[in-house]
Order: sequence, then C-alpha cells, then structure tokens
Amino acid sequence: MAKIIGGLTTSHIPAIGNAMHGKLEQEPYWKRFFDGYEPVRQWLDEVQPDLAIVVYNDHGLNFFLNQVPTFALGCADSYQNDDEGWGIPASADVKGDAELSWHIAESMIRDEFDITTCQEMKVDHGFMVPMNLFWRDKPAANWPKAIPLAVNTVQHPLTSAKRCYDLGKSLRKAIDAYPEDMKVVVIGTGGLSHQLQGERAGIIDVDFDLQCMDRIINDPSWMTGLSNDYIMEKAGTEGIEVIMWMVMRGALNDRVNVLHKHYHAPISNTGAGVLLLTDAE
Amino acid sequence: MAWRRHDYDEIPGTYVFDGKRSHSGYALNRMAFSFNCEANRREFAADMDAYCRKYGLSDEQREAVLNGEFLKLLQMGGNIYYLAKIAVFHGMTVQDAGAAFHGISTDEFKQILLNNASGFEERLKQEGGFWHG
Repeated sequence: MAKIIGGLTTSHIPAIGNAMHGKLEQEPYWKRFFDGYEPVRQWLDEVQPDLAIVVYNDHGLNFFLNQVPTFALGCADSYQNDDEGWGIPASADVKGDAELSWHIAESMIRDEFDITTCQEMKVDHGFMVPMNLFWRDKPAANWPKAIPLAVNTVQHPLTSAKRCYDLGKSLRKAIDAYPEDMKVVVIGTGGLSHQLQGERAGIIDVDFDLQCMDRIINDPSWMTGLSNDYIMEKAGTEGIEVIMWMVMRGALNDRVNVLHKHYHAPISNTGAGVLLLTDAE
Repeated sequence: MAWRRHDYDEIPGTYVFDGKRSHSGYALNRMAFSFNCEANRREFAADMDAYCRKYGLSDEQREAVLNGEFLKLLQMGGNIYYLAKIAVFHGMTVQDAGAAFHGISTDEFKQILLNNASGFEERLKQEGGFWHG
C-alpha cells in the first residue's frame, strides 16, 4: 500500500532558485539558509521516497487570470518547467504518475473537493524551487516522481487555511487507499511572512512566523481558525501562502514528530521556514 | 451595481488582488503574461508604446508602463507577479519595486527587511528546537 512517510515545508521564492542557479549557497547571505536544508536532504537520502506531492501556487506560468482554479491537480506522466518571463533556462522535466493522480482526483471529488484535473501542466518556480532545494544534488532523472497540487493564492477570493487542512486529510485518505507500495512525501510550500506589493512591502513578522510553525506542529486548529484577512494583516499579502502548509499538515496524523525545524530571515523579502514532520503513533 | 467592499481594503499600503482589481487590470496583466514568450519580449522592447496599444491598455496604464511607475500600475490593477515580468524591462527586481513603492533606495529597502528580521536567532533560541548549524 502507498504510505505518507513525511511532511516537509519550504519557501519557494524565485530568489532561492536564482541563488542555486548562480551557486551562491556558500555566500554569507545564503549559507545559513541553505545549510538548514541539509538534515532534510540527508533524511530524504535515507528514506528514498518514491513520490512527492508538491502543494504550491502558480504565479503566471500555467494559469493566467482568465482561468483560475482554486485547487488544480496535475494528472500527467511528466511536467515541464518553462520561461516565466525573465529568461532563466527551463529546468529538466519532472516525472509524474498519472495513475496515482487520477486515483487522488477520484477520491477527492468523492470527498466533495471539486478539484480541477490537468493533463498538461507547466510548473513554475513555486514547484521547481522546492524540488531543487530538496534534490539538487541529483540529476532530475533521479528525482522521485512528483505530483503538482496548485492552490490559488494569487487572485482573491482564496480558499482558507481550514479548507487546505481538510484537503490534506482527503489527500491522506486517497494515498492510504492506493494499492501500490509507494513511499510518499507531501511538501507544503510558500510563505512565510512577506509582502511584495504596495507601501507596506517589506513586512517580515518573525513572531507570527514562529507562532505559525509552532501551531502547525502542535495545534493546527489554531491555524484553521484564522481568517485570510488576519493572516494578510500579520504576514503580508504574499504571506497568505502559508495556508498551503496546512495541506501537508492535514495529510499527517493529529500528533507528529518534529525531525527538523529551521527558520531564517530575511531571504530576499521573505521569512523562510523549513519543517520535516512524521506521524507520531 | 457596485463592487463589494472588504475588510482587507482597510489594511494600509496594501492592494489585495481581488476580482475588482483583476477586472480593471486585465489587459495590463494579460500583456505581462505574454512576456513568458521571448518573441513577445523582443516585440515589446522594440516598441513598447505600440505593444501596449495592441493589448488595449488604458492611456494611464500605458504611460505608467513606459515610465516604470509600479505603484501606479499596482493601483490600476496590476498584479505583483505580473508586474515583475514588466519590471525586468526597467532593469528592476521585485526588491527594486519594493523600494519604489516606498519611494526609497533598494539598499534602504533591504535595510528595512534586515531590521524587521533582526534578533530572529535569539527568538529561535527562546522558542527552542530549531536548527542552529
């Protein structure tokens, strides 16, 4: 049977991708941030997951504002990165798993999550930066398979932290019921506090970020009780991405083990948090 | 008919990208989306004014694009991720745009970010359980 063996979180901002592209990991500005990923990378090397479900938002590569699905699931055997407008060469394709995707889609829609299914899906930095952060020492051909799960955090009205948490529970149910032996990790990406736009650009709220990390681990019901307005007021308009971490959290048990917890700020405009959680018995 | 007001409209210095903004900025954002294609970037760079007209931007939007006035573009319905695709042509990053929103230099803006995060390592120690290298 398929099994979720862990939940990860990470920021996904393009500046991180640029830093990896320019091999800046050991530069003073970046070193502490990147070093904090090493324990997770070691763990991934040990457990060798077969597949990663990456929860992220598209920033204008696959989805334009003409059609904005609240939840969209990739249902293909491979996913392509592409030019996002700033001319950075596209990364290699990432392998998918259409059978598992369609199984998840059937299960979620039966659970009344009316997700959009995508048989072609370009994946932008929101997906590629996390994959690179966790597996950049390996050629993409040796990465685990991946399934993109895109959440609209760009054009309001957005879904809620609670809905994301419940979607994670539905995802867990789907994976648990999949007959193939397969080790799966769920990666919640984005956040933490940042606001790119307006006269309030530049927000970083360390206290709120650390509170989110603690409550996501120990008391997810605190997060599910927060309104999007409140999260944006505290963490900035782009900080709302933290709701995607709740999909990961919903896919784990009520009680979790914390194998790794890392925070750094600022990275570009952003407070950056990393979690590695596993189910507690 | 009227656009509904929202509580988030009261957050200062913040332009929550909702239906009202997306509606008013549609042509602008649609043009920015076209820059994912290199041939379109070349066409825009060769004649920005004509390219803006081709995509049906308002006169005010077109002037703000040509002048690189990103706060105005935000107020006229530009989405920050799409504006980032336009900022490239003015040699600007998202951090430069952040500085421009404040009317300060990029170095000053980066200092604000550092100040906002200052002392975070002490906070991590208080909190406990964090990786410290």
